[in-house]
Parts: sequence; C-alpha cells; structure tokens
Amino acid sequence: MARLSSYRDFDWVLLGFVLILSVISVLEIKSATLHTKFHGFDHKQVGFLAAGLFLMFLISMIDYHRLIDIAPWAYGISIVSLVAVKLVGQKVLGARRWINLGGGIHFQPSEWVKLVLIVAVAHYFWTLAGKELTWRDIGKAAALVCVPMVLVLTQPDLGTALTYFPVLMAGLFLGGIRLRQVGILVLCMALAGGVAWKSGKRLKPYQQARINAFINPDSDPRGSGYQIRQSLIAVGSGGIWGKGANKGTQTQGDFLPIPYTDFIFAAFCEEHGFIGAMGVLLLYFLILMRLIQNAQTAADLPGSYIIMGVVAVIVFQIAVNIGMVVGLMPVTGIPLPLMSYGGSSILFTFLALGIVMNIRMRRFVN
Amino acid sequence: MELTPQTELALGKPEKLPMGKLHIAQYLVAAVLVILSIGLWRLEVVGAENFRALAEANRIRKIPVLAPRGRLFDREGRLLVDNYPSVSCYLLREQLKDAGGDLPMIASGLHMTVEQIEATIKRYQASPKYQPIPLKQDITPDEQAFIEAHRNELPELETLEEQRRVYPRDGFAAHLIGYVGEISEEDLNKEKYAFYQPGDVVGKSGVEATYDALLRGVDGSRDVIVNSHGKEIGHLGQTLAQPGQDLKLTIDLDVQMAAEKAMEGKTGAVIAMDPHTGEILALVSRPTFDPNQFSVRLTKSYWNEILDNPDHPLLNKAIQAQLAPGSTFKIIMSYAGLQEGIAQLMHIPCNHGATFYGHHFSCDRNHGMVTIDNAIPYSCDTFYYTLADRLGIDTIARYATSVGIGQKTGIDLPDEASGIMPSTAWKMKNYHEKWYAGETISVGIGQGAVAASPIQLARALSGIASGGILRRPHVVFPNEVPPNELEAIHETFPGSGEKTVPLSTQNWEIITDAMYSVTSAPIGTAYPARLEGIDFAGKTGTADVVSERDRSSKNKATIPNAWFVGMTPRRNPDIVVAVLWEHGYWGNNSARLASGIINAFVTKQRKRENNIRIAETPATLPATAQSATAPNASAAKPAEN
Repeated sequence: MARLSSYRDFDWVLLGFVLILSVISVLEIKSATLHTKFHGFDHKQVGFLAAGLFLMFLISMIDYHRLIDIAPWAYGISIVSLVAVKLVGQKVLGARRWINLGGGIHFQPSEWVKLVLIVAVAHYFWTLAGKELTWRDIGKAAALVCVPMVLVLTQPDLGTALTYFPVLMAGLFLGGIRLRQVGILVLCMALAGGVAWKSGKRLKPYQQARINAFINPDSDPRGSGYQIRQSLIAVGSGGIWGKGANKGTQTQGDFLPIPYTDFIFAAFCEEHGFIGAMGVLLLYFLILMRLIQNAQTAADLPGSYIIMGVVAVIVFQIAVNIGMVVGLMPVTGIPLPLMSYGGSSILFTFLALGIVMNIRMRRFVN
Repeated sequence: MELTPQTELALGKPEKLPMGKLHIAQYLVAAVLVILSIGLWRLEVVGAENFRALAEANRIRKIPVLAPRGRLFDREGRLLVDNYPSVSCYLLREQLKDAGGDLPMIASGLHMTVEQIEATIKRYQASPKYQPIPLKQDITPDEQAFIEAHRNELPELETLEEQRRVYPRDGFAAHLIGYVGEISEEDLNKEKYAFYQPGDVVGKSGVEATYDALLRGVDGSRDVIVNSHGKEIGHLGQTLAQPGQDLKLTIDLDVQMAAEKAMEGKTGAVIAMDPHTGEILALVSRPTFDPNQFSVRLTKSYWNEILDNPDHPLLNKAIQAQLAPGSTFKIIMSYAGLQEGIAQLMHIPCNHGATFYGHHFSCDRNHGMVTIDNAIPYSCDTFYYTLADRLGIDTIARYATSVGIGQKTGIDLPDEASGIMPSTAWKMKNYHEKWYAGETISVGIGQGAVAASPIQLARALSGIASGGILRRPHVVFPNEVPPNELEAIHETFPGSGEKTVPLSTQNWEIITDAMYSVTSAPIGTAYPARLEGIDFAGKTGTADVVSERDRSSKNKATIPNAWFVGMTPRRNPDIVVAVLWEHGYWGNNSARLASGIINAFVTKQRKRENNIRIAETPATLPATAQSATAPNASAAKPAEN
C-alpha cells in the first residue's frame, strides 16, 4: 500500500501549543533552581526539548503501522528491560529505576515502557475490534498492562506504575467494555483495595504516610504532610496575579519540595497566580482537544486508539500532578507532562506526540 | 499474542471510532480541567489571604533581641553590676524533623547529654511550638562554630546573643543585689509574672527581684527572611529593644566594703542605715554566695555546697534572721519604762540578779545600786527584770510593736521576716494558753519568746535615737522608681513603714546619753570599741542561744550571739549600724565590728566636708568573676559625681 505523507499535514498548531508550554516550563525551572545547586537545569531542559523534538520528527517519519507490527516484540523487550532494571539497576533514593548506559546517560525503562504499552494495547484492542468484549478479553488486556505495572510498582515506583493504568482504561473504554462489566470491575477493585489497605502490605510505609498526610496534612507538618502543606501554601499565597517571576517566597526559600519537577506547578502558581495557572490549564485543554480531534480524523482504528492512549496518559498525569499540588490528590511523584524537568518525561511526551503527528500525517492515506 | 500483519486485520473491521465515545472523552478532559480549576480557585482566590500569611510566617522569623538589663550603681554612681555579651543556643522545635535522630549529634556538638536535651524539651512541652527554647546558655566559641557548620543538617539550632549579668566577686553585697535566673514554672503561674514566658530571665532575689520590672527592659525583635533550612537570606526590619533602667542603690560602696571586711570569716549580718531617710548604706550577710554562679548555669556541686552549708548562705540574715535580740532590747524597755514614767523613778540594788515568782534570775555581776542612767551602760539585767515585771508584757509589747518589733519593716527586699513580739494575746492565739507573769522577766532582757532581725533593731533603736521618727528602710532611691511602681512595691512589701512614736525630749536625752555611755564610759559594755572624737553611741547584746548551763565552748552552736546596734551622733544619728555576729560570744565583739564601720563612714564624711580628696574605688571591688569574658565590667569607675 503506497503511503504518502507530507509535513503539510504535520500538526503545527499542536506543536505551537506544546512549544509555548515548553517555554513556560523552561522559564519556571530557571526560576525554581535560581538559588539552588540545581542551577542550570533550565539549560538541560532545553537540551531535552531539542532531543525530544528531534525524536518527534524522527518517529513521525516511520509509518505507525510499522510500530504496531513490532508492538509485540517491543512489549517483550520492555518486560526484559524492566526485569533487567530490577537486577542491575542503579539504586537511587531507595528505588531501582535507572539503568546506567555509561557516559553519564541514565535510562529509565519505565517511561519508555509506557509508550510501548500504548501501542501494544492499541494493537490488542484492534484485534478485538467489532466484537463484544468477554471477561476473557478483559482479563488478557489487564494482564497485558499489569505485568509491567507490577514490575514498576516493585522498583518501587508507584507514580509511574499508576500512569500505565489509564492506558488500560482507555483501551477498555474504546474497546467497548459494557457498563455492567465496569460496575463489577469497580466493585472488585474497591474490595481488593480495601483488603490491601487493611493488611497494609501492599504499600510501603512512606506510601502509607503520604496517603495519611493527604487525608490530614497538618498531622505531621515536618514529615509527609510537609510537602503537601508547603505546596498548598505556595499555590494559595500566589493569589490571583502571583508574586512575579523569581519572586515566589516558597519556591525561592526552598520551602517547596522539588519545585522543578513534581511540584513545578506549585512554583508556577506561586509566581504567576491564578491567572497564570488558568493560562497553563487552557494550553493543556487546547492540546488535549487537538489530540482528540486527531484521534477522530485518524485514518484507522489503531491510530485512534494510540492517540486516545496518549490522551489518557497525559490527562491522568495532569489530574494526578496538579491534583496533588492543589491538595486534591495524595503525593505520588508523577511528573507534569511538558512542565516538569526531566529527560525521560520529556522524551516520552515528545515521542508520544511524534506518533500522534505520524498518525495525523497519514490520515488521508488509504 | 501472535504477530499479525495489520493489513489482514483491517479487513471487515470498523475503521473509525464512534463519535459518541470521543465526545465522552472530550467531556471527561474538560471535567478534569474544571475540577483542577476549582481547586486552584479555592486556594488562590478564596484562600489567598490565609496562605499568604502562612507563607510569610514560613519565611519570616522573629529573632528576639534581648534588652540589656539595667545596671546597678551605688549611691555615688559607682558601678556594682554590669552585663557582658554572651551567646546562647536555642532549639526551634518546629524545625526538629526527627526528634530522636538529631539529638545525639546536637548533644556531642554542644557537650551535653541526650538526656539533658530531652529533659529541656520536656520542660517546655506546654509552651507553644513556634517558641524557641533555650538549650544551652553561654556557649563557647567552638560550640558556636559547630552550630554554624551544621546549619543544613541541624536547622533546628539557633544562636542568640544575650546580655548576661556580671556581679561583684566573692559574694560582695550578694544578698542585697540578689541574682537572676530562668523563670521557674512555679513563678510563671503567679499573677506578677503573667506576661513572662518560659525561658525568660528574671530577678530571683534581692534588688534583682524587687525591681525586676524596671531592670528587665523590653525585648525587641528582628524580622529576618530565612529559607527552609533556617538560613538567613535577608532581613525586613526590627523593633529595638528598650534597655532596662539603670538603678542607683542607696548603698555606699565605702561603708559596704567596711561592713564586708568586718564580717570576713564570720557568720551573721550587718545592716547600716541612714535613720533620717531609711536609706540602707550597707547590707552584709554571712556566709555569702557567688551570684555569678547563678547567672549562667548553676553547677550541681555548687548548688550542693550551698544546700549543705548549715549556715544557709542564701538566707539574707540582715532581714531574715529572727533571733533573741538580747540586751539590745533594753533600749526598747527603757523607752517603754521612761514613757510610762516608771524607769526614771527606779533605784534597783543589783546583787547578781534577783528572784521573781519563786525563780532566781541572774545578772552577770553585782552592779550595786542601779538607775536608768547606768543600767544601760552596765546592761544590768536585774534592773530590766524589775522594769519588765512592773510594766507587764502587754505594755512592753505595745511599745516594742510601736517601734516595729514583731513586724516587717517594709524594706524593698524579698522575704523579710517579721520576728516575734510576745504578748498575752499572742500566746493565747498561738499556744491557746494564758501568759504567766514569770515569762515577762526574761523578755525584759531580750530573751524568751522575743525574736527580732538586725533591720528591725537598727530601725527601732535609731528611731528612738531620732526622737521617735521611724523610716521605711529601702535600698533604691524612691525618686529612681516611677510612682505607680513604688506604690506596687510598697504593697508587695508591707511593713510598719514611716511612722512617728511619742518620745519626750527628756526621755530622749536620757536614753541617748546612756547609749553614749555604753561606748564612752569605762563602765560601758562596749567601752573597748569606743571611737576617739566620734559621738558614737549604741547598745550591746549577748543573746543566749541555750541556757547558760548547757553552754560549752567546745560546741560553737551553744555560744551566745553577739549583737550591737551603734550609731553616730547619739541624737538624730546620721548612720545606724546593727551587727549580728552569730556565736560571737559577747556583744562587745560586735561593737568593735560596728565601730570600724562607723569610723569608715565618719572618716569619709569628714574628708568630704573638709574637701579632702577621697580615693577612688579600689581596684579589687567590685571586680568580676568573668573578667576574661567581660573586660569592661572589671574596671568599675565612678560613672558620675
């Protein structure tokens, strides 16, 4: 099948929104690291963005159907890399998440696995397209997601593991799960969650503490509640207009924990206020709407599935990260897409966007 | 999952997602963003003010700037008590992340034990968390360096420069000046200390306690911007501390030094007062203590040393000793007898005592025929037994009470004792028994139930010598104190205060002349203590502490107390000196101590009157115990005058 694609069909509008957000991210990282030993992370972020853009264009050139074709292989390699990280990974802050590739490059397989998972789930549900989902189909899909999820969860990295979940959700939703099945699943999960919480063995002590702190932030102002408390103070004290760039007292005074990664939105809110925050949310809204539109115009079902998988992951991360920052969610350590500092997160997002571009560019093909 | 070419799969399958599902997805995305917006609205718009206050509280730390305590000077402006800068370490409990973890490190850095730190934290449990608690006072430079070097690991430690008290060395005037210390939990509950906080330094005794409100000043604060590690990154403003008020004491350093010297190595007390005004010129109590030891951290060994001393070094005996006044009481007896018109008519044969109510009461010798004029210099017991018997206890009590015996004088020092003046009513009240006439006889010579303090005797005898005018003794000039504060002090220290008692001129002359004979006539009990060319009058007292039978020169505790109340000139005296030498054997011994003090006073006055240059304060007093850390305080120069 002949495929013609052109950069005329590249989603330049989407890229425009993404780049505006990236610039905001770089400026906020600069502000948040101004007086810290992490000074200069903004330059590194620019580097990551450049690499991300390059990879985005690169992946947009490979027909996404090729990616779907190799999805099962990639999935297998993913599982192997996750097992490898458990065996030879570098222990950082008590968790094995990174593989040192030498030359100062550290690779976090769990981010890349997310991308593979999106494609693999799209592939899986495409095979089932047109027929009703049986419990068996649902079970297979769950296994597909849960195997890497459990591997990541035991690194331990609850945050990243949780981001696999929306991929499954999106797949089930688009794959045609019925309301009755959803009801039964929710009921089972609630029960399982209850049992796990009671036994207390599923969560590490720090994870339990985080959830406790979420429920009552003032219970331990210096411990787990500290992060939430400082985040709420940072966001709230920003007010409507914010304290101004580089002028956030919570951010500059080092009260806000990791203000360049997980809590970057709190730092941004403090310095740019409600108006600034609304601006960022508007950009996210435009990006997500644009993505859904691309899912709608995609040439075929797997293309739509992939884009919706990307949408699900991004929405989930936004909800959990900003929800955490404003005290609606417990602290989980999920980065905010396109805002948080970090190579793995940036590369994932741009690769995902690259695939979306790829799908868009081929929408008139066939 | 098998590898299947997508082209095959594409056949016969739907190629488009249903629009309905995409709409649901759009609504879901919008809903998520709306919920987050509501969360942001709640914090940034509704809660902004509250969170802004919290952010300010986070970054702004109020560092107290402690007010330097007022200095103390003698009546001529010579420095007695100064301050020196000292650094203390405070613990910010809000910054203490993991209570157990940091303590061993803090303990080793500050040369403390973990238990000590835990005990300190426990002591401040009730106070609010944001309030720093003093961990260690007067830290050394290397401890300071430790805190600076560990700012990041131990953000909970903070240093604070304070002013610390430096007192004269060797317990010089220690009972008068008192000392300061951290306020006790007990005091915090008292109304007087309602505005004090744990850790505050307050006067614990002496002038430091009475005039604490004036001396302490008002602490200021400095608002600094800190980061989460407590590191200062800027500062906003400050409220200056108002230094405490300097106070000029009524003490005359020269008289005080003479008194200190007189009491060296003895136990007892000396009080010197200007009877015209009630100004205390000197106050000494022995044994003494070193208040410098109290102003920093009191070592356990020093505290035990004080507690174990049977002579109670912390007791201010000049105002707290309640002892039989012995023969000094005979002046009060004479005053009562003369005013009642009895004593001047008495001609009593003395033959080593006399018998009353079937008991023999002895006199130390055979004085022959005794009248009021020689009864005082002789200190003839027989005469006063008889006078007591004729006056009766209640008349004696009335006169003694009128000159302040058995009541506080109202001196502006804490914990004055009231003493005892027995009477029929007193006995009924305290023992539920009636008074026996035989008990009156010993009261006549200042024995029996009567008990008085040196300050009471000094005031009573000088009051009589001043023609019946008694003053409220005080150690701080009233014009140094704001009127409302003075009133409060008078209320806190009630006493007989200012008063005038009736005394006829004739009787006044009889008593004062007889008191002059005590030191000037060869028959006088204090003749060896006479001062050539000085109108020196007084009365000795040798107060038995046990009955004469049980007395033993081997047991110091059985030796009588030696009293002397002396003054110059004999009428309207300029100075009265009361000396209590516990177990000093004879009143005459105390008289010699008193004459030395009186002599110092008169010599100085004469030099001044004749414009003879007076030597400046000797370098030895008041010196500091901390001379190494407070070089300025050791050079006590006259500040004015």
